[in-house]
Amino acid sequence: MTQIKICVIHVHLRLIMQTYFIEFSYLLASILFILGLKGLSHPETAKRGMHLAEFGMLMAIVGTLMHHEIVTYTWILIGLAIGSVVGLAMGVWVPMTAMPQRTALSHAFGAFAAALVGISEFFKHGGHLEPVMMGALGFEVMLGALTTTGSLLAFAKLQGLVRGTPMTYKGQNIFNMTLLAVTVGIFIYLIVVPGSMPLFFTMVGLAFIFGLLLVMPIGSADMPVVMSLLNSYAGLASAATGFVLSNKVLIIAGTLDGFSGFILSILMCRAMNRSITNVLFGAFGSAATAGAAGEQQGSMREVGLEDIATQLAYANKVIFVPGYGLATAQAQHAVRELADVLEKRGVTVKYGIHPVAGRMPGHMNVLLAEANVPYSALYELEQINPEFPTTDVAVVIGANDVVNPDARDNPGSPIAGMPILEVDRSKSVVVLKRGQGKGFSGLENPLFFKPVTGMLYGDAKDTLTRLVQAVQHA
Amino acid sequence: MTHETLISALYVFALAAFLGYQVISRVPPLLHTPLMSATNAISGISLVGSIVTAGANYSTVSTILGVIAVACSTTNVVGGFVITDRMLKMFKRKEIAKKE
Repeated sequence: MTQIKICVIHVHLRLIMQTYFIEFSYLLASILFILGLKGLSHPETAKRGMHLAEFGMLMAIVGTLMHHEIVTYTWILIGLAIGSVVGLAMGVWVPMTAMPQRTALSHAFGAFAAALVGISEFFKHGGHLEPVMMGALGFEVMLGALTTTGSLLAFAKLQGLVRGTPMTYKGQNIFNMTLLAVTVGIFIYLIVVPGSMPLFFTMVGLAFIFGLLLVMPIGSADMPVVMSLLNSYAGLASAATGFVLSNKVLIIAGTLDGFSGFILSILMCRAMNRSITNVLFGAFGSAATAGAAGEQQGSMREVGLEDIATQLAYANKVIFVPGYGLATAQAQHAVRELADVLEKRGVTVKYGIHPVAGRMPGHMNVLLAEANVPYSALYELEQINPEFPTTDVAVVIGANDVVNPDARDNPGSPIAGMPILEVDRSKSVVVLKRGQGKGFSGLENPLFFKPVTGMLYGDAKDTLTRLVQAVQHA
Repeated sequence: MTHETLISALYVFALAAFLGYQVISRVPPLLHTPLMSATNAISGISLVGSIVTAGANYSTVSTILGVIAVACSTTNVVGGFVITDRMLKMFKRKEIAKKE
């Protein structure tokens, strides 16, 4: 009898010790995550910060493996092995130009994991959950499901598997809203009257469909906002998982992720002078072509490569303005080479980066950093705009809307009020462009018709490489 | 879930949101892509939930869902951190960038 009692006390004590160990590892992880993100406030401290966060993650995983409910490690190890291999392969081989696609895919993975844990919890309780629990679980599963399909569609658009243009049809917004209302209706019903498996799975299914419908009407140019928003949803789904499992580190990490995405969405929207509702329900591309400014005055002036090379070689200050075209042409290394030969000749070279240039926040910065451009040469919109009037040549590489003067001058333009890089104020502008077509938004760009602007058609990488040679001989 | 747990969870959520706002609004646009992949990797912490689901033997369905969830979250954690490190290594100061 006493032996059994001692044994019970012993087991009980071990359980308490385990719980403390796990909770302590989670607390440590939470602190390290926050310190890691704090490190990202400067490129110099960022690396160390990430190492802290990585260590925190390791601690949390080790702690979790001690969990008393775990009876078999086989399946865990299989999952961990598969994930590590796939993650490592993606981490090492994905090129920087494909970063938006990879990020979209990882939003999908994270959200899908949250949805699956939610569904499994629902099963575990046989569908009979108390209202508070069902509320959290519903959020987790719905956000997880819609983010999964939404991110997969965003991935397909970015990867070019699906056309990047907005897909719209009549009554789209009404249809989407109705679907959302039905989904939320089922959710509320499940909170009040728990236990219906078929209804729960209908809700999950509808959420999966809603994710697709949400991203369908969104064009490539609006991708930075959508990426940020999906980031936010994926994070909040994780946070909701934390509520369901009463796991604090999950709540903290999920909330940090959710808020990071939310802040980025706001910044991106501000950089386009639009509201989030407008991005999601405005179907930009289709409306834009209808409202585009009428006839353009004058014609585009095509210039010769040699002329540009001479201009660049004898300039005092040159500013490069990259856009998504830089990424598609993989021209980041060619730009840096051109910058190098110019700097050798004593030309000051800077880069002006618009917040929504590219397909995700910070896309251009990463590309240029990959090509070994020092980050001190990368300037934000507010910093670089006052410098254009004293700039001899502004070179626009595959950017369009972010340098469209209509945003500033024409109140009737669909992008009116969007802050732009004012390249047209510099003494000379060169636009490197693939062809004579319009940009992704389908808008006419008056910059191309200005007398100060010269157009240089062709593949950006090829053109830049030829410019390097021409400048060397100038 | 008891009401006490819910309330303490809400406290954690609110404070984390506040702290997140403070910390993340200080990240310069220069590092927005690494920020996104870093927060992504960090929220892969949902792995801890998936691990318990996969190993606890609640039911076959739970185990299967758990294993898939573990694989998905691990992909995010490993891939996210590797890529963030790779990106951050590229951001160089002027003198260092010139040398290479």
